[in-house]
Amino acid sequence: MDTAAMDTATTVDMAHDAHADGHDHPSDWEYIKIALWLAFFTLIEVGTYFESVHNLPEWSLYAILTFLMIVKFIMVGWFFMHLKYDSKNYTRTFVFGLLLAIAVYLIMLLASSLFG
Amino acid sequence: MATTENLDDAVDASVDTAVEPADDTADAIVEAPDDTANAVVETPDDHGHDDHGHDEHGHHHVPGMPNYGVNPGTGMSNAKLMMWLFLGSECLLFGALISTYLLYKERLPEGNIGPGDVFDIPFTSVSSFILLLSSLTMVLGLSAIQRNDIHRFRVWILTTAALGAIFIAGQIYEFTVFYREGVGYTSSIWSSAFYSLTGFHGVHVSLGIIMLLSVFVMNWQGKLNKEHAETVEIVGLYWHFVDVVWILIFTVIYLFPQ
Repeated sequence: MDTAAMDTATTVDMAHDAHADGHDHPSDWEYIKIALWLAFFTLIEVGTYFESVHNLPEWSLYAILTFLMIVKFIMVGWFFMHLKYDSKNYTRTFVFGLLLAIAVYLIMLLASSLFG
Repeated sequence: MATTENLDDAVDASVDTAVEPADDTADAIVEAPDDTANAVVETPDDHGHDDHGHDEHGHHHVPGMPNYGVNPGTGMSNAKLMMWLFLGSECLLFGALISTYLLYKERLPEGNIGPGDVFDIPFTSVSSFILLLSSLTMVLGLSAIQRNDIHRFRVWILTTAALGAIFIAGQIYEFTVFYREGVGYTSSIWSSAFYSLTGFHGVHVSLGIIMLLSVFVMNWQGKLNKEHAETVEIVGLYWHFVDVVWILIFTVIYLFPQ
């Protein structure tokens, strides 16, 4: 193997190591723990359905449910869809579509409540 | 001489991967193809260039399978980026359906049945837990194939598809109950919006089940293994997206005070 080839092999090895480090995905047990948290949040959400919780003012129900929904959404995207570990450009691509959708339909709902 | 040419190609590929400017330079290096190292040591007789199963960056290419690769310019997988773009556009589709439902849910003709009259929250909660569980089994399936644990991969993928099928069965049951209670697709504007939204989601879950079964069959036939874990990851992205959309639907449509 000549010098150039050895240099190449070294570069490739470094890239390979970096690849492994950069994609240090959670273990199966960590995935299970994340799922348990998601199940716990879902339980709280379902709990708001029962009458005892309905004594709370309506705005607080909306606030609790919206908060838990966003937390669950982010947890699935961040851990299960690997956005935490992958290139940030994937996150930017998805978030762009998401924010565009939120903006478009908030404007639509606002317009229809004003003029509908 | 042929070996030298092969090494030169590998040099070019490595230099491209490491030097090409990108937003995330670290990612460009991080996502350098694993198989480039193989390209250096393998003889051209066994694994030559494009004609012999490798693309220009040393990725294995199985005939009949999509040829995924990391774009050296972006440091990202083109196929994965396309899936994320698709999912971003899907946000607009489901955004339209959810906002249409919100717009029309209170426009009920006098004496007509509304969402508060027919929704069975405990039943839908169980469905939600099932779909949430399927996201876990999906990610465990991906983890298994990345470790080359084929047996567990097959178990988890089949479990994911089965959980998706149970969710769909629950949705069909729910639709049947609603219909018997007098809530048809054209009964009112809210019922049209409701069936459109949840029906579109159900179609997405059904397509996801077909994708999961396809992945399982390809693995069974030996066309999909650890080297094609990205295919499983892309199917997984779709499946998790279907799950996060249900997280939104379950909260906004079912749980928000009627």
